[in-house]
Amino acid sequence: MNSILTMGVDIGSSASKCIILQNGEAIVSKAVVPVGAGTSGPGRAMGEALAACGKSSGDISFVCATGYGRNSVKEADKEMSELSCHARGAVRLFSGVRTLIDIGGQDVKAMHISEQGMLENFVMNDKCAAGTGRFLDVMSRVLEVKLSEMASLGKKATKYVKISSTCTVFAESEVISHLASGVSIPDIIDGIHHSIASKTAGLVKRVGVTPLVAMTGGVATDSEVVRILSEELNTPIQVSPLSVLCGALGAALYAYDSCSKKS
Amino acid sequence: MSEQNVGEPVPAKIRLRDIAAKAYEEAWEAKKRGEMVGWCASNFPQEIPQTLGIKVVYPENQAAAIAAKGGGLRMCEHAEGLGYSNDICAYARTSLAFLDIGSCEEMDMPQPDFVLCCNNICNCMIKWYENIAKERNIPMILIDIPFKNDYETDDASVEYIKAQFDHAMQQLSEITGKPFSEERFKEVMAVSQRTAKAWLRAAEFTRYVPSPLNGFDLFNHMAVAVCARGTVEAAEAFEQLADEYEAAVKTGASTYKGEQKYRVLFEGIACWPYLRATSAPLKEHGINVTATVYATAFGVLYNNTAEMMRAYSYVPNCVSVERAADMRINVGRENKIDGAIIHTNRSCKLWSGIMPEVERRIRDTLHIPTVTFDGDQADPRVFSEAQYQTRIEALCEVMAANKEAKA
Repeated sequence: MNSILTMGVDIGSSASKCIILQNGEAIVSKAVVPVGAGTSGPGRAMGEALAACGKSSGDISFVCATGYGRNSVKEADKEMSELSCHARGAVRLFSGVRTLIDIGGQDVKAMHISEQGMLENFVMNDKCAAGTGRFLDVMSRVLEVKLSEMASLGKKATKYVKISSTCTVFAESEVISHLASGVSIPDIIDGIHHSIASKTAGLVKRVGVTPLVAMTGGVATDSEVVRILSEELNTPIQVSPLSVLCGALGAALYAYDSCSKKS
Repeated sequence: MSEQNVGEPVPAKIRLRDIAAKAYEEAWEAKKRGEMVGWCASNFPQEIPQTLGIKVVYPENQAAAIAAKGGGLRMCEHAEGLGYSNDICAYARTSLAFLDIGSCEEMDMPQPDFVLCCNNICNCMIKWYENIAKERNIPMILIDIPFKNDYETDDASVEYIKAQFDHAMQQLSEITGKPFSEERFKEVMAVSQRTAKAWLRAAEFTRYVPSPLNGFDLFNHMAVAVCARGTVEAAEAFEQLADEYEAAVKTGASTYKGEQKYRVLFEGIACWPYLRATSAPLKEHGINVTATVYATAFGVLYNNTAEMMRAYSYVPNCVSVERAADMRINVGRENKIDGAIIHTNRSCKLWSGIMPEVERRIRDTLHIPTVTFDGDQADPRVFSEAQYQTRIEALCEVMAANKEAKA
């Protein structure tokens, strides 16, 4: 049997992700570059994924692009919305997933997936960065804490501090005033995590919470957001080491579908 | 004036455009003659000024035109400079800016000698019109139509509205010196009914598959339903429009260019500053708008004055969640929609406030995907084109999967 390689590339607002899939099954390569649309990120992500498996662009049968920057990927044979791609990738990663939460750089999405594994409906955040990865990013910079350390520090919180502003800019001032009044960094981080979780929970409840619930996107790597959101929704939330790459995986699967249809 | 050559029949869309322009020209002429000209809320019973033969112009209509022609930001910022919050309605801000500036390159209209306000749209309108009246020291006539939590308007409310209607007619007659004529009132009601029926008949052709019209056409034609619905010219033009659609159904023609793959409800006021940006992605994906309650809200049907009062209490912004949801569900079902696009309009808190629940009911009852986007009816600062496109694309993918599953 001939080997068919398809590529899914997910160009978000803050990161570019790429997956190369063999015969719609095995992930042969993956790459994440922490810069998104309009930067060198998309090209680097695709280049790194190809280099990691020793292939060239000519070896790829079909490329599907998704994400905010999907329209700017000139190598793409097809474009799909990140909602469909995350849903498709999640169905592969989490068997029986019915509710999917994807928090990316600028969007929060709650999706309802049918028993047959099809995206049935979705709700997205309004035009505001509250609850998004960008919110977490801005806060980590204000606190001079690495994004990757936010979860471990948040776990050390001893007192609940509420971040009430939904606007990222106002929340930044609120965080600074907490810092000035001597509130500990772990307590503030815990407040930030709660702020993201409660904003997201409202959105997820609008689309309906049907187990199994899973989470994808960059913020899924913050275990504290996942834990607090799980409490808010009163249901376990599954994550995967591939959660960040879920959109790219879905895109690669759609690319494989297109190859199958062509053949 | 019409662009048609002599001998060619003038298409209804040209006639309608000319009627809207003429309505404003007539107001200018009346002003020049020294007659009093009013500013009027879009859902104020137009039968009152029409019966008295008084020219009025419509600030909402003007604000929509200004926004569609790119002047929204300038006007909103001017109003904010006067001290008005950017949280209030952008139509109000545009109108109050126009009042202050005195003219507008995108759409000019005469300054007011009185204002006619009706709060079946919202209560912000009362403060907006009160400010105009105070700034200009001119009379304000208000018809208060209470918001209903019940499904139907009860008889006591109808009596309450009717009493105000009668008083408003008397007030305006005294202010302008124009006498009331019962005979003329009956004529106006008859013409209004003819117009309303024709407008609704035209709009209802969206139920055909394919629809003979691009749903966005309704947003353009509705200007006449707002500003000239009591005129014979409007009645005739809408009748012609309906006849044209009927003929198009027979030949399979449509003003929607391209294949109509999906049919959607477009909920809420048009996002006037971004008409092209909101319509182009729909066209790109073969999506036609076949259902809306906004455009048809100006088709007010009644058989007598009591029914007229009741009809004015059923405009979309004045009704309970239950009735609001049913209005959308019914038109969506009749017009065979595959999905719904909900405009969360920052200017219209009342309209958008109930939308999450109305959206849920539409989605659950009709088993269709729905999507919301942030926008504004006149302030361009609220809309994000990229976010809108993502939502439309995803909606389209879900509708495509649903169709495939049914096939």
